[in-house]
Amino acid sequence: MPLTKRIIPCLDIKDGRVVKGTHFEGLRDAGDPVELAARYNEQGADEVVFLDITASKENRGTIIPVIERAADELFLPLTVGGGIRSIEDIQQVLRAGADKVSLNTSAVTDPDLITEAAERFGTQCVVVAIDVRANPEMKEGTTPVVLADGREVWYEVVTMGGSHPTGLDAVQWAQEVEKRGAGEILLTSMETDGTKAGFDIPITRAISERVGIPVIASGGVGTLEHFWEGFALGKADACLAASVFHYGEMTVSQVKEYLAGRGIQVRR
Amino acid sequence: MKKIVIIDYGLGNLRSVSRGLEKAGASAAISSDQDAIAAADALVLPGVGAFRDGMEMLGPLERTVREQVGEVPVLGICLGMQMLMESSEEGGLRAGLGLVPGTVRRFPRVPEMKVPHMGWNTLSVPADEPLFDGVADGSYVYFVHSYYASAPTEHTMTTTEYIHEFASSVKNGMVYGVQFHPEKSGETGLRILKNFIEFA
Repeated sequence: MPLTKRIIPCLDIKDGRVVKGTHFEGLRDAGDPVELAARYNEQGADEVVFLDITASKENRGTIIPVIERAADELFLPLTVGGGIRSIEDIQQVLRAGADKVSLNTSAVTDPDLITEAAERFGTQCVVVAIDVRANPEMKEGTTPVVLADGREVWYEVVTMGGSHPTGLDAVQWAQEVEKRGAGEILLTSMETDGTKAGFDIPITRAISERVGIPVIASGGVGTLEHFWEGFALGKADACLAASVFHYGEMTVSQVKEYLAGRGIQVRR
Repeated sequence: MKKIVIIDYGLGNLRSVSRGLEKAGASAAISSDQDAIAAADALVLPGVGAFRDGMEMLGPLERTVREQVGEVPVLGICLGMQMLMESSEEGGLRAGLGLVPGTVRRFPRVPEMKVPHMGWNTLSVPADEPLFDGVADGSYVYFVHSYYASAPTEHTMTTTEYIHEFASSVKNGMVYGVQFHPEKSGETGLRILKNFIEFA
């Protein structure tokens, strides 16, 4: 039996509470991230991601007790992302019980943070989140990616939730973060995020085939088949989803049953 | 209640290891105190990070740990397991604690096979291995590592297949090592921790 493909639910957390609605019945408190993570754990989630979207810096500490409780109660891998800017931030989150941290904007503005974090805490706990958007204006030095309709574009790294284009070529940036010691890439395409039209296959595949570290596909999943596409066509090592699980459209177990039926190796 | 000391040498997420042991019925302390290590009923050597850093940071405690070997059971987890071996290729060839025969090597580069080996993979579980009592052959556990241990058959408890077969757990007398993270491997992992506590 080979290494299995992973299904990773992601929880958006603000001031210590889940901010997206959920359709789980029987939860004492639908806004409690640890209870929701426990539910996903029972369904067979392979990992859980907590994304801290707390707006103010003063409330940043609210994620810490959530991580501590999750580490106490759940015995599965936990990644924490959102607003992590320094070695001290990383240390605090890992000490609380997270297994990995996800760096996003800070990785772009301060790439040395990736290197330092990998040296200090090990490659395995450094996830670099890369948000991308297709740019149709080809320019020299970028990596051409062919879309389904035959158009050729390059993918640009964006930050600040997609609002800030960085000029960085996504494929090259992915290779750079690998070189700097990232253990994994969490790839979110702004082209598909929130559309429920499926993962952005062209860029997922382009990056996964050009790096030696695992790639997590994120953004756009709406159907069971989309998960299959992410693995079979996008060559992703893991697929991340939020809303389809939160709103009860499907369970992790259903996704896995479906994938197993289509020949994708999953843990069941 | 059995006192298990998780050796704190500055690396790793120790909270889940400690909670896992407590859930399995022991009292677990995260400590770098020599007296606590000397008085423990069993020791856990955790670890994530780089081999060299791990060995250096363990340095001041190494003698105390060695004195306990053969007296109480020892369990190395992930990097902690690799440190039990004779040597590692990570960061140039370096000596380990040498408590289990074998060496640690990097996974070779193979197209389409990502390194780190990250995620859930299966264990080949032999029938007569007390650490895996109650764990079915083919059970899934969680791995994250770029280096693997190569140990003689008589010191290999379970094997796992990634790129090639490797020793996913090793033993030598009362010294045990697991490459995967039992504290991150759900019920299967908790069962393994419980079995370990039984040895204490």
